[in-house]
Amino acid sequence: MKNIEFRTASSAQGGLIVMSGVPGVAAGSQVQIKDHAGRLRNGLVIKVSDQAVLVEVFEGTDELDLERTWVRFLDEPFTLPLSRDIMGRIFNGAGHPRDGRPPIISADRRNVNGEPMNPAARAYPREFIQTGISAIDGMNSLTRGQKLPIFSGGGLPHNRVAAQIVRQAKLLGDEANAESSSFVVVFAAFGVSSADARYFQESFEESGVLNRVVMFLNLADEPVIERLLTPRAALTAAEYLAYDLDYHVLVVMTDMTAYAEALREVAVLRGDVPARKGYPGYLYSDLAEIYERAGRIKKRPGSITMIPVLSMPSDDITHPIPDLTGYITEGQIVLGRELFNQGVYPPVTVLPSLSRLMKDGIGKHYTREDHPHVASQLFASYAKALEVRGLAAIIGAEELSEGDRRYLEFANAFERRFIGQGEDEDRSVFETLNLAWDLLSMLPPDSLIRVSEAELEKYHRWQAVAETT
Amino acid sequence: MGKIIEINGPIVRLELPETVIGEQVRVGELNLVGEVIGREGDTALAQLYENTEGLRPGERAEGLGYPLSVELGPGLLNSIFDGVQRPLNAVWKKSGDRIARGVQVHSLPRDTAWHFVPDPGIRAGMTVSGGLVLGSVQETASIVHRILVPPTLAGELTELAGEGDYTLDEVIGHIKGRDGAVHKLNLFHRWPVRVPRPYARRDHAVAPLLTGQRILDTFYPLLKGGKGAIPGPFGAGKTMLQQQIARWCNAEIVIYVGCGERGNELTDVLEFMPELIDPHTGRPLMERTLLVANTSNMPVVAREASVYVGITLAEYFRDQGYDVVMVADSTSRWAEALREVAGRLGQMPVEEGYPAYLGSRLAAFYERAGRVETLGGLHGSVSLIGAVSPPGGDFSEPVTSHTKEIIQTFWALSKELADARHYPAIDWLESFSGYVPAAAKWWAQHVDPRWEEYRARALELLAESEELQRIVNLVGVEALSSEQRWTLEAAGLIKEGLLQQAATDETDSYASPEKQFALLAAMLRIHDEGMKLVKMGASARVLIQLPIMGQARRWKSQFTSEQLEEMKARIAEIPGVFERVAQEYEHAAPQT
Repeated sequence: MKNIEFRTASSAQGGLIVMSGVPGVAAGSQVQIKDHAGRLRNGLVIKVSDQAVLVEVFEGTDELDLERTWVRFLDEPFTLPLSRDIMGRIFNGAGHPRDGRPPIISADRRNVNGEPMNPAARAYPREFIQTGISAIDGMNSLTRGQKLPIFSGGGLPHNRVAAQIVRQAKLLGDEANAESSSFVVVFAAFGVSSADARYFQESFEESGVLNRVVMFLNLADEPVIERLLTPRAALTAAEYLAYDLDYHVLVVMTDMTAYAEALREVAVLRGDVPARKGYPGYLYSDLAEIYERAGRIKKRPGSITMIPVLSMPSDDITHPIPDLTGYITEGQIVLGRELFNQGVYPPVTVLPSLSRLMKDGIGKHYTREDHPHVASQLFASYAKALEVRGLAAIIGAEELSEGDRRYLEFANAFERRFIGQGEDEDRSVFETLNLAWDLLSMLPPDSLIRVSEAELEKYHRWQAVAETT
Repeated sequence: MGKIIEINGPIVRLELPETVIGEQVRVGELNLVGEVIGREGDTALAQLYENTEGLRPGERAEGLGYPLSVELGPGLLNSIFDGVQRPLNAVWKKSGDRIARGVQVHSLPRDTAWHFVPDPGIRAGMTVSGGLVLGSVQETASIVHRILVPPTLAGELTELAGEGDYTLDEVIGHIKGRDGAVHKLNLFHRWPVRVPRPYARRDHAVAPLLTGQRILDTFYPLLKGGKGAIPGPFGAGKTMLQQQIARWCNAEIVIYVGCGERGNELTDVLEFMPELIDPHTGRPLMERTLLVANTSNMPVVAREASVYVGITLAEYFRDQGYDVVMVADSTSRWAEALREVAGRLGQMPVEEGYPAYLGSRLAAFYERAGRVETLGGLHGSVSLIGAVSPPGGDFSEPVTSHTKEIIQTFWALSKELADARHYPAIDWLESFSGYVPAAAKWWAQHVDPRWEEYRARALELLAESEELQRIVNLVGVEALSSEQRWTLEAAGLIKEGLLQQAATDETDSYASPEKQFALLAAMLRIHDEGMKLVKMGASARVLIQLPIMGQARRWKSQFTSEQLEEMKARIAEIPGVFERVAQEYEHAAPQT
């Protein structure tokens, strides 16, 4: 079957060709198409019957005809050859090298679609990862095996934030590098500009991690259907690194919005019934197949931590892509335009941000005993401070009560000093917590009801209060 | 034996004459399992529970002769099953960390022998009918598993095994049916999941399902046998709330169906539950718990089946006379699975791509909840709590709006509250419960007759404060009268001292009805005492500064439900505190 070329295309349009009279083709099988000029294209079987086979052509159906198109069914799903040599390499969405170096030769080829992890085999993520960014470590902590996306918008510095996380991420007490040597990055970019791809490449190079990065690139002008394979190929490589070679893998994927748009484009070609905003009804399941590949497995040392980046169309968090993503991932880091315009970097809008696994990765055994309460107090106090700010905008700051004015000052200091930090500033979680207490001490101690009295006693900057009053 | 004609995602067309809609089929070299959902001449449409990649037209297909069924018998508790009742631990042993396709394992273990004790009232020669209790097996330390005559069987019990250890494959008796046919009895039987299990009659629900969560029990109660929904956008704490219910509720059996949700969340439940102690029995919570898990990355058709598997298991324990709670997280994912299959079948979409039968399927599913008298004369209930995940948090979308029409208790989660880290983030204005009058009777009998009145007053205060807050947002707090400021403060006290309840706070994660009521009464008392003073001319500003306002907010996490007396002693100090303020005023008054 693999070696037979069929020339029985009965129709070709919109990226799809129909082959008739081909018996026994396997669903999901990989296809090679040779056009009249002898050029090879790749395709995938998406529907089969005993009469006809529907094939999706990655590079599109432009310049194909029915008479001089030869099709070979490779009789296997999309697979990725894997070996240690993938480290430091750059591939395209289908797993072919794009760095000019020879292809990976390995008998170990894995289906890029993977197989669902048995929930009974999963281990719960508990280890705190320090990113060195206060807004994340202090209030939305990342744990090993978590999937925590960055929700961003056009023009916001999500790439810089993602690159900073890659440069700084480490386990606590990891400074001796004993563990971080087993730390690798799988980077997948799809539908992004070549400038963005280059930014990451240079950033990896500068921080000297390039030889620990595996890159999968599908740029904005490259085949849309290949875009659907890119995250799957990247995750297949990540699974190999994590569960066969015991690495701790950080997977950064950008931009999931481009992925979902590609999915919609292909769904429309297939004639699938659209659900919301033209996206197919299976968008949720499809995204879940990707996101759920993050995690840890019992009795395996490696892990996959995932940071997908997505730009919210028109900054709308209720758009289907961020919405469905939020339902699958374990929280989200939301970047906001307002903070960005005020010059705050990283512009993390903390109130809608969330890390679901934070509660189990911080506190006495992991970071510091006051961490959960401090985080909760920061959220509550900042929420209240924003209310006061809203009020001040209406009645004027002069009309505020003394207590309210303190909140206003707190809000400003919190945004400038706590959220805001340098792109190269790597704060330890203890620095972050101490900074939080500096700021909380601006507020009346009676209003700090989320921290315990013992913590107030121990960490509150009583002296600072005495000085200011 | 038939064969495959066409493959389109999880939907396959088979040449399989004489098959019945609903029949299970086994398809292809990989032995994938699915069910027939349509017939056309000699061909049948089937949906497969597993990924169809690699299947080819021409491969074999066979009908198995029975519909999607579950095995009901000892060995269910303390287990985790996938959407078609495959035990995930056994699958793990057999196929490794990933779920391989075509794995075949028994739902219930066949090698375990269970100690069966026949019911003393049952003797060979008796006429028995479906649902009757034949005997029992102590399945876990806290749960006795009652062995029932399968609901569809009736006739003469010709033989029943004596007390002893039996595996599920061993025959424990025979029934000679009215038609003369002899049926074997085992410790387990099968039941088709899409058919509700029969019962004698429906009973009125009378007792509240207590969850230890104040906003639920005190404000928006659900009854045992009731139907409730938890809608909420992502990040509003839906999962956390459901886990709290599963952990603390006073049902005897808890069935948690993770339908299209996160894998790590289930792991959390699996790792955390065994460490937790049931406050009602003092035994590990896992002993009364059963999980059905079809995570979002597992095949979509099995997701559709998973809620039916869950509810059938729930009905089975109900038939043994237990109060069962089933939590379905999330019904939206189930509805989406329905939509996905409908789309592949080319059915006409109505709202947001959902098929026209979405509403009726949802209603029929929720209708399987209820408190009943069983065929065997016992009383049991299934309370059904469905999480809903509305896209963009929009409650007007089809799944939420259909669900709202069906259920009686609506726990609306709010993104705004969650953003301010007010947990549980249940919006007290959007939520409702149709069970308040029935619950009031129970509270009056068991806790305090003033419950209904106090509840109403607290809600009134909250509603009033919402109005006042609007004014404050426009013109500032200075525009309020002293009375209004005090009302606002009292509402704040209720929100922070009563409604907020942190799942992670060991002291307050569970609150007994008595603790709930004591706190409710205390907050209202503070409001009343303060209001008296304000009406006498005291300034609300001064009262707000009283240390008791901060202290009262901490009571909930200072005293466990067992330390009620200590808490009541603190509460008893309230009048004195305000009395002292009043005295100060009286002293100060002559001078001004």
